[in-house]
Amino acid sequence: MSSQDIPEENLPAEQDHAHAAVTVADEKNPFADPGLPPHEHRIQDIDERAAKRSERVVALLFTVSMLATVGFIVSYVAIPHDKSIFVFPIGHVSALNFALGLTLGTALFCIGAGAVHWARTLMSDVEVADERHAIAASPEVRAQVHADFKQGAKESAIGRRGLIRTTMFGALALVPLSGVMLLRDLGPLPGTSLRHTLWAKGKLLVNMNTNQPLRPEDVAVGSLTFAKPEGLEEAQEDFQNEIAKAALMIIRLQPDNIKDKRELEWSHQGIVAFSKICTHVGCPISLYEQQTHHVLCPCHQSTFDLSDGARVIFGPAGHALPQLRIGVNDEGYLQALGDFEEPVGPAFWERG
Amino acid sequence: MSTNENNERRGKAPAGERVADWADGRLGIYSLAKSNMRKIFPDHWSFMLGEVCLYSFLIIILTGVYLTLFFHPSMNEVEYHGSYVPLQGQLMSEAFSSTLHISFDVRGGLLIRQIHHWSALIFLAGMFVHMMRVFFTGAFRKPREINWLFGFLLFVLGMFTGFTGYSLPDDLLSGTGVRFTEGAILSMPIVGTYISFFLFGGEFPGHDFVARFYSIHILLLPGIMLGLMVGHLILVFYHKHTQFAGPGKSEKNVVGMPLLPVYMAKAGGFFFLVFGVIAAIAAVTQINPIWAMGPYRPDQVSTGAQPDWYMGFAEGLVRYMPGWEINFWGHTLVLGVFIPLMLFGLVLAAIALYPFIESWVTGDKSEHHILDRPRNAPTRTAFGVAWVTVYMVGLVGGGNDLIATHFNLSINDVTWFVRIFFFAGPVIAFLVTKRICLGLQRRDRDKVLHGRETGIIKRLPHGEFIEVHEPLSQEQLHTLTAHHQYEPAEIGPTVDENGVERKVKGSEKLRVKLSNAYYGEDNQIPKPTVDEYKEITSGHGHH
Ligand code: HEM
Ligand code: FES
Repeated sequence: MSSQDIPEENLPAEQDHAHAAVTVADEKNPFADPGLPPHEHRIQDIDERAAKRSERVVALLFTVSMLATVGFIVSYVAIPHDKSIFVFPIGHVSALNFALGLTLGTALFCIGAGAVHWARTLMSDVEVADERHAIAASPEVRAQVHADFKQGAKESAIGRRGLIRTTMFGALALVPLSGVMLLRDLGPLPGTSLRHTLWAKGKLLVNMNTNQPLRPEDVAVGSLTFAKPEGLEEAQEDFQNEIAKAALMIIRLQPDNIKDKRELEWSHQGIVAFSKICTHVGCPISLYEQQTHHVLCPCHQSTFDLSDGARVIFGPAGHALPQLRIGVNDEGYLQALGDFEEPVGPAFWERG
Repeated sequence: MSTNENNERRGKAPAGERVADWADGRLGIYSLAKSNMRKIFPDHWSFMLGEVCLYSFLIIILTGVYLTLFFHPSMNEVEYHGSYVPLQGQLMSEAFSSTLHISFDVRGGLLIRQIHHWSALIFLAGMFVHMMRVFFTGAFRKPREINWLFGFLLFVLGMFTGFTGYSLPDDLLSGTGVRFTEGAILSMPIVGTYISFFLFGGEFPGHDFVARFYSIHILLLPGIMLGLMVGHLILVFYHKHTQFAGPGKSEKNVVGMPLLPVYMAKAGGFFFLVFGVIAAIAAVTQINPIWAMGPYRPDQVSTGAQPDWYMGFAEGLVRYMPGWEINFWGHTLVLGVFIPLMLFGLVLAAIALYPFIESWVTGDKSEHHILDRPRNAPTRTAFGVAWVTVYMVGLVGGGNDLIATHFNLSINDVTWFVRIFFFAGPVIAFLVTKRICLGLQRRDRDKVLHGRETGIIKRLPHGEFIEVHEPLSQEQLHTLTAHHQYEPAEIGPTVDENGVERKVKGSEKLRVKLSNAYYGEDNQIPKPTVDEYKEITSGHGHH
């Protein structure tokens, strides 16, 4: 679109853009506000053909949107919900999700693009100034309101009748207590429940993966085995709550490698059992480093040394993992010799 | 009578007008429209950030309502028999299995889920950036402090709404996050254990939290947020929008284009643009594939467990805090978790309360509708950047394992780096930012006094080379000198007129100190005065 096409009378008047020398309007104060600059015309304002082009672009965008909606409906009906397609570079994706998302996205985007293009090219872009008014009320209004309030307060006699005032505030302060009371049954009181787990003297250690009771022979050096107490089954109502406390981590060490005296006493032939629940905020620990006998919590990287009473050697955990005292029963199966002696999992106020 | 005349005229009006008349007779819509229909909105790209938040919130509500049609907020264990083969026969909560149902058996369900989740991320990112825009331009100053608080509350509530929503599918990843939350609650002295038992209906995880989070997520928090958002918008309308300084713009006016039609078309169009882009993102970018994680089990975990980005800051604080624990008289003070919990609140409170601190320091009681350029408020800008630095250090710390594995660093080193940077970072950021702001102020000053560098080199008759400077137009001169510069406060006379010594309060001393740190010598570059300008330009004459 060259400017020759534009009829002369439609061209904006030559504006005096005084860019060259210091010709400020206000000689006294060159920093003074010169006021809104004159409006500059867009091509669409002066060339009807350009305006027509804009109109067609907007209409085209709206039409594409309609087509995309039709595409959405067709995809919904035609594409099976379990079909997967390969799309470069994202890989295999659900065909239906891909088609529905793109058609919907296009339908919406084109409406938006059309509206914005319309506003930018065809609607008036003349800047207008609106006045602001002070937010605070005038002194008279302020005085009037204060006087009205005082009058109202006086008529209620709240200042004079202290007995009413005091009892009213008392009643209003007490009544929310009912609401607070009603929250009491949101849960039971903690009591000592966080101190106990399902482990007890004689409970067998059952392998989490095979669901079979463990014998010492099953625990190989250098492997990490997860165990649960016998009798706890996945389908049980309280499984999640119980496993959240009882989950156990078993490894076998050389007895001479065990640095902590109590750990050695509570072990069986170098087999030690520790709580799997991190003492930081309760993630299950899952990573084991054979050489060093360190276990690592994947959540915030607390690291515990299982050859030294599972003490914390790195990370935000505050204390060692609790150990479970174990032995073997008459039939040669690993069993617990009691519950954990301290609460498992994250620390809490009553833990002590 | 004029009412009769009126009625007669109205009776003949076209249908649209008649409907409007009907409504006006009952609701008084004409008076409302009179002051608002042609309301002026200034244009600047950064003013669209708030719109991004508004629109993504609307999209979240639309898609969220759809999700409620299919989602079962229940923790009853069921065996899965849906069409996702790898999990068939597995035990899981109804919440998890219904989310699988939405993802695999409801046509378009996955799309809506992904739009809901993407909008949530964009909503929170939008609020964060919008808040920073308001902060760095000083748009929070009188009369907009209350709206700043509304916005801040929306951001905080948005984080919790996002967190509760994220927890609803009861998958392994989100369950780990809920466990984290439980551990953090347990760390609170005295009340922690009780709150945890009341929240979870007993021991963790219990059978209640999904249903409870559900009503919090879809009703309580969005309800409060909707109210705040309406209030926020009413106040924006009432205060009228702020604007940057420029020719024709003053504290007493607002310059821009009218609501009807331009702003309506642009803003309305922008809603569709945002929605369209999010739908396209949801089409091509998978988010939260819960089937890959599996249902939650308290004794299982996936590595690289990460919350959504807006919780990363809290995650980081918890990760790099040393594991302090104090035992006394049969009690445990879990500082290693409790301090991060407090810090989380304190860091957020610092930015929320900042406007009140600044207005106390300046003692300025006037209204401000012209925005500051960040450079013209160096101390505020430096504080803001320091704050963002703390926030970002938290985010980085929250991803320390990812950073360690991606860049082959030791996790210990990353953690130590983050620990040191948590303290050093904001200080460095503060000092550097302030320097940069002052440098930019100096440059503006030079530009006003000596004109703009043109890049043209001229040789003077006696051989000297100079660069030709082009003087600025009055528009530019005005724009660069329009900002107000405060004088640093001083402690008034310490003796009163009777010669009696006056006690200077500690708070007054502090205010004067802060005021000097803000506006004293070396803490802002004096803007050029008209006299300085005249002296220099008259000497030069015309080039
Ligand atoms: C205000 C802000 C909101 C935010 C930030 C938000 C965020 C989220 C997030 C991140 C999820 C997890 C989605 C996933 O599975 O990946 C979610 C789930 C959900 N949200 Fe929202 N949401 C909000 C409001 C709402 C509202 C207003 C409703 C309903 C009226 C709703 C209904 C749901 C439902 C039913 C789910 C669970 C279904 C599922 O996960 O697939 N949300 N939300
Ligand atoms: S939960 Fe194990 S380190 Fe945080």
